[in-house]
Amino acid sequence: MKIGVVTFPGSLDDVDAQRAVTIGGNDAVALWHGDHDLGGVDAVVLPGGFSYGDYLRCGAISRFSPVMTEVIAAAGRGMPVLGICNGFQILCESHLLPGVLIRNDHRKFVCRDQRLRIDNNRTPWTSAYAEGAEITIVLKNGEGGFVADEDTLDRLEGEGQVVARYLGDNPNGSLRSIAGITNAAGNVVGLMPHPEHAVEDLTGAGTDGLGFFTSLVEQSFA
Amino acid sequence: MPRVVVDVMPKPEILDPQGKAVLGALPRLGFSGVTDVRQGKRFELEFAGEVTEAVLAEVHQMAETLLSNPVIENFTVRVEQGA
Repeated sequence: MKIGVVTFPGSLDDVDAQRAVTIGGNDAVALWHGDHDLGGVDAVVLPGGFSYGDYLRCGAISRFSPVMTEVIAAAGRGMPVLGICNGFQILCESHLLPGVLIRNDHRKFVCRDQRLRIDNNRTPWTSAYAEGAEITIVLKNGEGGFVADEDTLDRLEGEGQVVARYLGDNPNGSLRSIAGITNAAGNVVGLMPHPEHAVEDLTGAGTDGLGFFTSLVEQSFA
Repeated sequence: MPRVVVDVMPKPEILDPQGKAVLGALPRLGFSGVTDVRQGKRFELEFAGEVTEAVLAEVHQMAETLLSNPVIENFTVRVEQGA
């Protein structure tokens, strides 16, 4: 499948995300924040980093970039979209996902290998995992605290929209230890930790992140 | 030049780690008596012409769409004279 990876000014992990897409058996297509079309891709990844310098709020300005108009429209038509870290923040600011990511409760940047549990393996990005699978991937963020009002949190849990949770100590103050969520339709996923940094044995925390990039392929052959 | 000021504050129920950091720093500097600090943002919007009701309505729209995130922040809009 052709998976587009958007580069915003200030994106950091776009090249790693492209690499992970390729290792996962897909064709990576580089997209630019100023693009007015998605180049015929089947899915889109919004990578991590500090798009637009995190000015105003993380993701607040990226959300109004030309390419996001296309991403929001395509997501509405059911295209799989994965936002990682800053990409997750952009998806929340775009209202494609509920809630917001705020500064870590302990106020320090966190960078470590993080254990997660996959709570929802029915999304196009997580179907390669068993439900309840425990994985270890990289977590690195300054503003990774997921917050939403109680009703929204109850709805996310009740509808199975929590995709992944932190195991062990809560690393950033995310409510109900939420590390990733999906929208009601299940095609848009936001995840604070970085699966694209855990796809090769040579570097990183292992290869537990690879499933996020192989799930789409497995589905297309299913 | 008329100026419209938009103040954006984190909602009371939202944790404000920056405010907490400031609150923690004050006693270390010898300032006592402060029981809480909330940190927000102030936007000063300059207009060439008169600030009409229509302009203010538009500022409200700006504040809702870009300047604040209604999920975690509240805002107020006011006109500042003689700036």
